[in-house]
Amino acid sequence: MGNPDYLVMKGISKSFDGTQALRGVDFSAARGEVHAITGENGAGKSTLVKILSGALPCDKGEVFMAGKPIELGSPLRARHLGIYAVYQEFSLIPHLTIAENILLGQMPSTRVPGVVDWVKAYRLADDILTKIGFVGIDVRKSVRQLSVSHQQMVEIAKAVAGPRKILILDEPSAVLSQEELNRLFALVRQLKKQGTIILYISHRLDEVFEIADRITVLKDGQLVGTVKPQETDQNQLIRMMVGRSLGEIFPVRKPPSGEVVLEVRRLTQKESYSGISFSLRRGEILGMFGLVGSGRTQVARSIFGADRFTSGEILLNGRSIRPRSPREAVSAGIALLTEDRKRDGLVMNCTIRDNASLASYWFLSKFGVINRRKQATEVKKLVEDLDVRPPLLNRLASHLSGGNQQKLVLAKWLMIHARVLILDEPTRGVDVATKVEIYHIIDNLAQDGMCILLISSELPEILGMSDRALVMREGRLVGEFARSEASEERLLASAAGVRQ
Amino acid sequence: MTKDTNKITSKTGKTVSGLRKLFSGNAGNYQRPNWVNYAFLAAFVILMIVTATMSDVFFTQRNLSNLMRQTVTNGVLSLGMLIVILTGGIDLSVGPIVALTGIMVAGFSNRGIPLPLAVLICLGVGAAVGAVNGFFIARFKLQPFIVTLATLGAIRGLVYVYSDIPITPADPSFRAILGAGMVGPFPISALIMLASYPLVWFFLNRTSSGRAIVAIGGNEEAVRLAGINVTWNIFLAYILSGLFAALAGVILASRLGISQPSVGTGFELDAIAACVIGGAILGGGGGSTFGTLAGVAALGMIDNLLNLFNVQSYYQQILKGVIILVAVLARRKRR
Repeated sequence: MGNPDYLVMKGISKSFDGTQALRGVDFSAARGEVHAITGENGAGKSTLVKILSGALPCDKGEVFMAGKPIELGSPLRARHLGIYAVYQEFSLIPHLTIAENILLGQMPSTRVPGVVDWVKAYRLADDILTKIGFVGIDVRKSVRQLSVSHQQMVEIAKAVAGPRKILILDEPSAVLSQEELNRLFALVRQLKKQGTIILYISHRLDEVFEIADRITVLKDGQLVGTVKPQETDQNQLIRMMVGRSLGEIFPVRKPPSGEVVLEVRRLTQKESYSGISFSLRRGEILGMFGLVGSGRTQVARSIFGADRFTSGEILLNGRSIRPRSPREAVSAGIALLTEDRKRDGLVMNCTIRDNASLASYWFLSKFGVINRRKQATEVKKLVEDLDVRPPLLNRLASHLSGGNQQKLVLAKWLMIHARVLILDEPTRGVDVATKVEIYHIIDNLAQDGMCILLISSELPEILGMSDRALVMREGRLVGEFARSEASEERLLASAAGVRQ
Repeated sequence: MTKDTNKITSKTGKTVSGLRKLFSGNAGNYQRPNWVNYAFLAAFVILMIVTATMSDVFFTQRNLSNLMRQTVTNGVLSLGMLIVILTGGIDLSVGPIVALTGIMVAGFSNRGIPLPLAVLICLGVGAAVGAVNGFFIARFKLQPFIVTLATLGAIRGLVYVYSDIPITPADPSFRAILGAGMVGPFPISALIMLASYPLVWFFLNRTSSGRAIVAIGGNEEAVRLAGINVTWNIFLAYILSGLFAALAGVILASRLGISQPSVGTGFELDAIAACVIGGAILGGGGGSTFGTLAGVAALGMIDNLLNLFNVQSYYQQILKGVIILVAVLARRKRR
């Protein structure tokens, strides 16, 4: 594994507005090593790599490369040193082409300086995409036409478009399908052979175990330890991350026996799905599994009135409804927790109070004037029930960690006392401890009689939570499994279209 | 980066002091360095003291009530502008609305329409122009800048169609109440403006529409998916902006006693400047009522002081530009 000290970070400390995000963290990586950094949300993983990539200045500490101290002033400086980071937030420019995004800042020019050689640019971009195993995509398309997971692949292509000594991947898997993730791993192994250091940030432990040579665990801005995957197991790692061992991850479900509340009949939307039929009982958790792009989200959005559907029928308590807007769905008692809380779940620059009551103003106000006392009581109760931290109503949503933000979105929907709750990837980008909390909250809601449609691309989540599981592929329902029949192999085979 | 840090930040979440709360106002949501607001206030006080010692005219009742009267137009316009800016939009058409409603109220008055009725009709006209803006912006998702740029030109044309010469109202009560009327030491117009501020504060902070407007500027899609009627609330914001512009137009005409079709050119820029100095973020996601009032007062004071010292108005414009830049720089988010 070469010289173990190629990259050394010593005593890194960083604080934001008096809050210590990192305290004296030591970190090192060798050439050709995949070093995973893991920990709960708020542990300081992203801060650490942002310091390395020059996006944030550190307060204290030194960074050495090949034994020499280096100065990291800006992302540009870091890039000159061969350090490149792919963040959770995309840095793509939506209305430019894929090729331009990949080659940003290094577009090839013709003999006339400053004039872009487009033929060459498209070829170069195409080569890079092929190299990372992402084929069959037109590099002249603009990035905004791509799905989130494809955008992530372009982001990765951009990262490998030049020579890199250190490549930082910050939660790359959050939006990737399993297949794309496999391609990414293949790419990582290839880069590793070339001696690139890869810092892989993730809190998905199975990934970390699959790809990492060493794993560093951070907690509350401090280093807990660095371990090798073959010398540890998931339980030990979780203990390191949360400081205690977790009980059962998934709650024990009691099979529901209530009447049918929501029934969907032959729902069709020309572009994305067709002939979707299922029913949802009172107190039931119905899982919906499928790869990214299988149409799950579109079905959910149609039931919620956020998008139209072409034909079919939705019955709520036996009565046909056709929500034309989220407003109509909300007043019918249907709630949708969307998959991307930053994009369409939260108003980041508004407070906990505002965000929690966003869907409830209609019953919190009289003649348009908000009943502040009632609002405060309701929000406080939910914030306490869900254990949103810190429990301060005037705290901005942007100042909460990912897990607490997710709880806040959940609070918004619990506030309307919905009958049907659709959860689209409810634990995406959430740390293990919060995940467990969210699972128990979902279970409690179901026990209280709420109907839950749980959409997820995490198989353990579907298997652990759902009373029944549906599988979608290419816009169609291709399988339905009772809890007793469901298994990882069966669901995956069904979702991927493999015959068993 | 804040997302990774906040688990341990609860210390800073304590109740904010009165002054800061006042400034962070309705959106309550723009974390800016604490000292900025105090620095502004201190600069303000120092400026007043310096002026008072250097000029013996400043602290006269006459000058102060003049100052207040002159500030009213921008003060009222900025309120409407703030509401629109909070949604993430902008309203460039307020200047011509001032001219249109000013000249219409004078025209109506000369045709014998009772003044209160004339004023009401003009407020309605302003709201209607705002509704046109709002309709295109909210319903068809057109860019606010473009839509209001179009109405900016169109309404200005309409003003000249109505009358291409100044109209002087014959009715003496036209100037007497809104223009020159006083309650104690305060001009009536200034009281109307000052009363509008708490009203808008209440609207933005305590009503469901107001909160929706603030949230729309932050994340429109999240608001729509929360089951809120986004179209209606954006529409409403532009109506309010038109309404306040009309109020400003009527008051300005009353103060001047003559309605020029050319009046109001560039007013939209002063209103935007006041909002921005007061902490509003163009593109939505921040801004406060009382911050805006402070912005209005700062701009008004500068005009007044420079007038007292007989500085040419060109220099006033330069200084205003500098102040806007300094204000925005000081409020810049630091990493």
